Amino acid sequence: MRRISMTVNGTQRELEVEPRELLVYVLRERLGLTGTNVGCDTTSCGACTVLVGGESVKSCTMLGVQADGLDITTIEGLASNGTLHPVQQAFHENHGLQCGYCTPGMVMASVSLLQENPNPTEAEVRKALEGNLCRCTGYHNIVQAVLAAAKA
Amino acid sequence: MAATQEQTYVGQAVPRKEDARLLTGRGRYVDNLSATGMVHAVIVRSPVGHARITRVDVSGAKAVPGVVAAFSGKDLEGAYGGLPCFWPVSDDIKMPAHLPLATDKVRYVGDGVAVVIAESRAAAKDGADLVELDYEELPAVTDVEEALAAGAPLVHDDVPGNKCYTWALTGGDPDRAFAEAAVTVKERYRQQRLIPCPMEPRGVLCEVSAQGDITVSTSTQAPHILRTAYTLVMGIPEAKIRVIAPDVGGGFGSKVEVYAEDMVVIACALRLGRPVKWIEERSEGCLATIHGRDLIQEIELAATQEGKVTGVRVRLTASMGAYLQAVTPGIPLLGAWLYAGAYDPVGYDFHCTGVFTNSTPTDAYRGAGRPEATYAIERAMDKLAAAVGKDPVEVRRLNFMRNFPHTIASGLTVDAGDFDAALDRALELLDYDGFRGEQEARRSAGASKQLGVGFSTYIEMCGLAPSRILGALKYGGGGWEAMSIRVLPTGTVQIVSGTTPHGQSHATTFSQIVADKLGVDVADVEFLYGDTAVSPTGWDTYGSRSLPVGGTALWHASEKIIEKSRKIAAHALEVSEDDLEYRGGRFGVRGTDRGMHVKECAFEAWHAHNLPEGMEPGLEVQYTYDPPNFSWPSGCHVAIVEVDTETGDVQLARYIAVDDVGNVINPMVVEGQVHGGIAQGVAQALWEEAIYDADGNLVNGSFTNYLVPSAAEVPSFELDRTVTPSPTNPLGVKGVGETGTIASTPAVINAVLDALSPYGVTDIEMPASPERVWRAIHANQ
Repeated sequence: MRRISMTVNGTQRELEVEPRELLVYVLRERLGLTGTNVGCDTTSCGACTVLVGGESVKSCTMLGVQADGLDITTIEGLASNGTLHPVQQAFHENHGLQCGYCTPGMVMASVSLLQENPNPTEAEVRKALEGNLCRCTGYHNIVQAVLAAAKA
Repeated sequence: MAATQEQTYVGQAVPRKEDARLLTGRGRYVDNLSATGMVHAVIVRSPVGHARITRVDVSGAKAVPGVVAAFSGKDLEGAYGGLPCFWPVSDDIKMPAHLPLATDKVRYVGDGVAVVIAESRAAAKDGADLVELDYEELPAVTDVEEALAAGAPLVHDDVPGNKCYTWALTGGDPDRAFAEAAVTVKERYRQQRLIPCPMEPRGVLCEVSAQGDITVSTSTQAPHILRTAYTLVMGIPEAKIRVIAPDVGGGFGSKVEVYAEDMVVIACALRLGRPVKWIEERSEGCLATIHGRDLIQEIELAATQEGKVTGVRVRLTASMGAYLQAVTPGIPLLGAWLYAGAYDPVGYDFHCTGVFTNSTPTDAYRGAGRPEATYAIERAMDKLAAAVGKDPVEVRRLNFMRNFPHTIASGLTVDAGDFDAALDRALELLDYDGFRGEQEARRSAGASKQLGVGFSTYIEMCGLAPSRILGALKYGGGGWEAMSIRVLPTGTVQIVSGTTPHGQSHATTFSQIVADKLGVDVADVEFLYGDTAVSPTGWDTYGSRSLPVGGTALWHASEKIIEKSRKIAAHALEVSEDDLEYRGGRFGVRGTDRGMHVKECAFEAWHAHNLPEGMEPGLEVQYTYDPPNFSWPSGCHVAIVEVDTETGDVQLARYIAVDDVGNVINPMVVEGQVHGGIAQGVAQALWEEAIYDADGNLVNGSFTNYLVPSAAEVPSFELDRTVTPSPTNPLGVKGVGETGTIASTPAVINAVLDALSPYGVTDIEMPASPERVWRAIHANQ
């Protein structure tokens, strides 16, 4: 076991993890942050996307020990004081989610996209979300939501 | 007659009630649940497609720190019976035994042979790696036609020729239609095998109480069917079983299923006396969760010289996979009535042969039988158009059925539709003449990127299903649905639903229906579902049935609330019921300003101080509705593709969908269903295919090589609707869960072939990959 220290959703966390543990399982099973979902085992689907140092990372692609000293934001840390983040609000208003399983990762990837490119075109949104799979929405309303959030 | 009510919410894009928890990371999917003392299960699976098991040794696993127990299939024999198939479609059907863990033979890669239980998932995986499996490998067969050939390896020793069943349906006089035909068209299509891929993999958590009752939280579309199935397989009295479908991350048919892992988890929980959880990994799910499609279709049309279809003949050879799951044999037959599509032949001849192969079992995948039928007829109609020298649009219009209700040659009755209206609107959105002009310009310029357009003027049958018809088809269950409404003493309302959503927005749309009927705020309606301890016994969610069947039950339940409230109001107001006028939840006494709201009636019914003589206190009702007919969505989908003739790459440039799903409760939700359905159908046409090699290995069983499309592969979709309300139910609704998938696949392939027609290409297999397209172009040069 190795001791690591990281900031998760603004709170300093100290914990012991196995060196082989993926960050997503550290978040889900050791910290109880089950909002970050696991949708595949090949780092293809993006359901587990979180922000590491403000940038989107698939948390199944990173070991927990690699997060030592870093700043992590998960879907649970996005809304503030009961107010949805503009991206969350836009997903709600544009019906950008159905079953909701890809949603946390999709929202985090969209937040990261809009930080890098505050006024994306539709094609840029589609390209930027290439690493996040959704089986329900056909992406139409997800793309609309991200474009709406950019205007918000 | 129905009571009058305001339409405040029905027809409006009411924002979803479901979103708040799902957007903030508070979804309750099975893997987010835990129980005190819970242990984790990992299943050990066959690495080969066909083999005789000679030894399974779990002792290595038991030595791993953290491992609590490990069982082979033999160790659990007697803990459960075989998995059920509820649809023995014919008298000649062979239904071989299907144990949750194999004991004698493994019949597909992924067939379970052992289970390891440990304190952590990681320890269970470590243990699973040390389970030793010895076997004598046998020749495998995965191709459905090779499996029928003489001398093919037998998947089941007791099923000669691998033939599971034969099933036939005829209507009118097909032989005469073909004998008298001026033109015939004969086509052969391969419906490749697909992997459903809901984003949430499956999962099961079983808890056992001190009394031996079990509570199973499972990622399912069908908690009620599962409760009954657990009794059948495990021998536990049904009353001692509680099944919970918590938040479920998509299903698309793959979670209307009775899976081996549920039984293994229940058996282990009972044996160990501890809660046991199993969570599927994605690559494991590609093997262990059912697949869709996988059939060979031969379709023949008889027609007049003008292109009027007079006869349709269909021969299907359909893969069951290695075993029969819950409704495996019936899936190809759900399309049996639809191979003439929206057209109107007088002769109809359908035949299907079900075949076992060494592959993952097939079962319902979005559309289930109806996308296959629509693909065959819509492609064949383009061939017919070419054969009689007409435009694909013209030949479709010539053949539309037009008078409703209309009994089709396959024997069912289509209740309503207006196929011309949808086609007209789609052509308008497309600018058909403009498109053909642009296409011609590219052709004459010899451009490397060629344009094509494809049509699919589909019809489908959903709203599963009239129980009497299901009985006639030998289906083992019913098709009705149950809904309860409770008006609570303080005037808020609970819907308790027999159907269970997994993304379809029932909580929002069902609340809209009830809010309008009872004149309450939509925010004051709560939706309870997915727990057999709470909800009335129903038949769950699949086949686009929740709204046409469940929604209709809810409408009738609302009527019962109004009926009882009217009696309470008349008694309290000391007037006759005839003096009351119902509007917006309130009974007004005609000609006065006196009146009483349903909410006030609920309070009266609760304290029961002054109810009419003999009336039961309380304002809670249940209604169970069995539909008299299927419902029949229809419409016109149009795909426009751009094909790079140098690379074979196909880009979907535009996609237009004009659907008639009857009346619409929430247009935002309806459009979302259509979008998702289109993406899945397009994916079959262009990208997705589960590929087996000759030894029975699934060679692309992961998200790295099974090509579920991303946002970068699909365009925004152009949607519109026409509306012919269904006269079969009082809401006038038809269902929308599957239309997109049913309609879209042939539209895309027809478009690809239209683009390639100058190159002499007349056929292409799905998916139309760059390699296939490139080879097709160059085959004729």
